[in-house]
Amino acid sequence: MIDNIVDITLLSLLAIQAFAIIRMRSLFAVIMLFSGFSFLSAGLFVVMDAADVAFTEAAVGAGISTVLMLATLALTYDATEIDRKEKRSTHKPWLPLAVVVITGALLIYGTWDIPAFGDPDAPAQQHVAPYYLEESLPETGVQNVVTAVLASYRGFDTLGEVAVIFTAGIAVLLLLGGRRREKPQLEKSGGKHEA
Amino acid sequence: MKHNLILRVVAKFIIPLIFLFALYVQFHGDFGPGGGFQAGVIFSAAIILYALVFGVDSAKQVIPPYALRLLASVGVLLYAGTGVATLLLGGNYLEYSVLASSQLDGQHLGILAIELGVGITVMSVMLIMFFAFAERGRPEMDSESELE
Repeated sequence: MIDNIVDITLLSLLAIQAFAIIRMRSLFAVIMLFSGFSFLSAGLFVVMDAADVAFTEAAVGAGISTVLMLATLALTYDATEIDRKEKRSTHKPWLPLAVVVITGALLIYGTWDIPAFGDPDAPAQQHVAPYYLEESLPETGVQNVVTAVLASYRGFDTLGEVAVIFTAGIAVLLLLGGRRREKPQLEKSGGKHEA
Repeated sequence: MKHNLILRVVAKFIIPLIFLFALYVQFHGDFGPGGGFQAGVIFSAAIILYALVFGVDSAKQVIPPYALRLLASVGVLLYAGTGVATLLLGGNYLEYSVLASSQLDGQHLGILAIELGVGITVMSVMLIMFFAFAERGRPEMDSESELE
């Protein structure tokens, strides 16, 4: 009962926020709403007992990525504009709208075949999940099954993920890192690159 | 950012708590929700908060960029090195059980080590990204006066 009320509240707030994001033209406000959207999603994950995912969503989605998007907004700042406004689209919205509505309808149609939330007979609960739930504590001594799977059983995957993060850091350093020290050369080549 | 007195006082109060919470999440991930990834993000969030309130230059004195680049690699090396260590001890790659005398101790040690590696890398990469973005937006004038 209380679960349903929380679910409905969170989902309707998400929907309201999504519409606000679509309607809003001020980019700063949109970024703040994105942050709120992530935070509400984190709440939804908590309701679904996925505390680890909620944690990540709240920290990365609502926190870091908001800061990075604000930084991007500041980078692309044009001093002639006080408030950054999204440009009006020159296209008619009907084709994308039709695509989105049809895809959404198909996805909702697809959910009819999905087993109920938390159904113990669902295929996802039948494969390796029972093994992890029963054996992870005696085998690894780690109470949090998520950590046991992430760090021990799927250690290779996590190593790959860390490598991905590391690569992303290198890529950002290569693209944006360092000051724009090449100013004198730029003036030689006509100063075409003025971000 | 000159006179935000309330922001400064509140940030000074709250930043140590964020660090503490990050360490808790890092080393308590075996028992509760969280782990290296979340801890790294929270840890970097504390430093980003510091940079937002007190300026990027002060934050760079706390943790200089070359240290971040070093730490980002150290995290990955710690993770991969744990795997090499298990190989050298006669196990499979990332088979932590051989790290200590008993299986549970080995698992515990291995998971602690790789979570630490994940945390260090995530923390440094988040800060590298933040500093790269923040640096880029600076006026170009003060770039000559800076080292590094």
